[in-house]
Amino acid sequence: MLEIKCPYCGKRSQNEFSYGGDANIKRPELGKEISDSEWDNFVYFRKNPRGKHSELWHHVAGCRQWFKVSRDTSTHEIFKTSKLNEEL
Amino acid sequence: MQKYSIFSLIKNAFTNHQNWEVAWKDPVPKKEYDIVIVGGGGHGLATAYYLAKEHKITNVAILEKGWIGGGNVGRNTTILRSNYMWDANGLFYEYGMKLWENLSQELNYNVMYSPRGIINLAHSDAQLNTYSRRGNSMRLNGIDAKMLGREELKKIIPFADFTSSARFPIFGGLMQPRGGTARHDAVAWGYARQADSMGVDIIQHCEVTGFDIVNGKLQGVQTSRGNIKTKKIGLCVAGSTSLLAEKLNMKLPIESHVLQACVSEPVKPFLDHVVTFGAGHFYCSQSDKGEMVMGGDLDGYNSYAQRGNLPTLQHVLSEGVAMFPNLSRLKMLRTWGGIMDMSMDGSPIIDKTHIEGVYLNCGWCYGGFKATPVSGWTFAYTIAQDRAHELNSKFKLNRFNTGHLIDEKGVGTKTWIG
Repeated sequence: MLEIKCPYCGKRSQNEFSYGGDANIKRPELGKEISDSEWDNFVYFRKNPRGKHSELWHHVAGCRQWFKVSRDTSTHEIFKTSKLNEEL
Repeated sequence: MQKYSIFSLIKNAFTNHQNWEVAWKDPVPKKEYDIVIVGGGGHGLATAYYLAKEHKITNVAILEKGWIGGGNVGRNTTILRSNYMWDANGLFYEYGMKLWENLSQELNYNVMYSPRGIINLAHSDAQLNTYSRRGNSMRLNGIDAKMLGREELKKIIPFADFTSSARFPIFGGLMQPRGGTARHDAVAWGYARQADSMGVDIIQHCEVTGFDIVNGKLQGVQTSRGNIKTKKIGLCVAGSTSLLAEKLNMKLPIESHVLQACVSEPVKPFLDHVVTFGAGHFYCSQSDKGEMVMGGDLDGYNSYAQRGNLPTLQHVLSEGVAMFPNLSRLKMLRTWGGIMDMSMDGSPIIDKTHIEGVYLNCGWCYGGFKATPVSGWTFAYTIAQDRAHELNSKFKLNRFNTGHLIDEKGVGTKTWIG
């Protein structure tokens, strides 16, 4: 069982959270001319490292806030969590 | 190569089974190969076998970081099926089913192919409608499919919950009678033994550490056991695909996730088919030893750990108990996890890449085992002929750019959602 520290509520068990994937994906700016490949990159292509991974989690059965987590994908160790507008 | 038969078994019994030939050799890597396959799992071994058998290319090496068959081919729930709706998937997996049917004879190795039928249970009228649509699509592609009513199901899976208090009452189901199971380890070993006998070098404990690429062309591969020259390389490394792609400066539409499975203690015959729960993600069958083999959802977050977490297992098994209430009385024997290469549309990629000589076989999601023969067959064709076979012509890497997705489940890019 993972124990995840929600930046708003503190440590809670994994059961309260749902996962949101790669935290580094940025939607291309609205109204900006972009190529198809930039759009595809945003929709389909992901960082998939073994080791440290920045990702989004949702405290769905708690405060319902989204936040960022830095976690190791091979040991599942959680290094740090932060609010969306903070640096991880 | 020594042929396995009842006669060779009797003959070897007289010498206490001390004189069997080794099933495959342990060669030292050569300086150069025509083709190198990375990954000694089911798909890699099958690819090498079909390269030798169908395309007469035998100067081939399989490089395996650990030992052959130690990854997902040894970690699955052994289910075979081709019950897909979209043509690209249906025709591909159906060709695979035909290869499964003769595999034991072809490999002279008993893969214990058991076409016991796979049943997808439906728990609402809407789900029955969806299943009959899928069943009709399957039949149009020449795949066997049969709708079953509640009364028929009561006869063939009597231990499922047919009571009035069932949380998800069973309305009916879709069955593919030719679906079933096979002994997973035997598949890996059977392919390994035949590939080895035709001259393929199976090199274990040899990790790929880099690639030599000059002007967009592959020249060789760097490994923990020295550099090997080759003009063509095929990657069959499932959950580790992104790690090798990174060494090639490629970003892929793949996320690696852990999927758990488990077996119970062995019990007397209880379930004759493979059955899947329609109101969640749970499937089970009974092994020849009597264990209930069960699996379900991904853990739900990126993972390279070949082990899972309890909350998911608990969730999956609670679905199992909703389907077969008497499963709750069984003790768990073993649980394990494997790393799935989850593609962004749920379908595989078997294709060339932008680097000449580098071929990609990945994106199998939960369904790699059943594809083992057909994946190897089409990947061998793609590598040998330098173009896709009609069967894998839709499994292109650039479909994520062109929009020709094969989104069987319609769940979009959130691969961790069951």
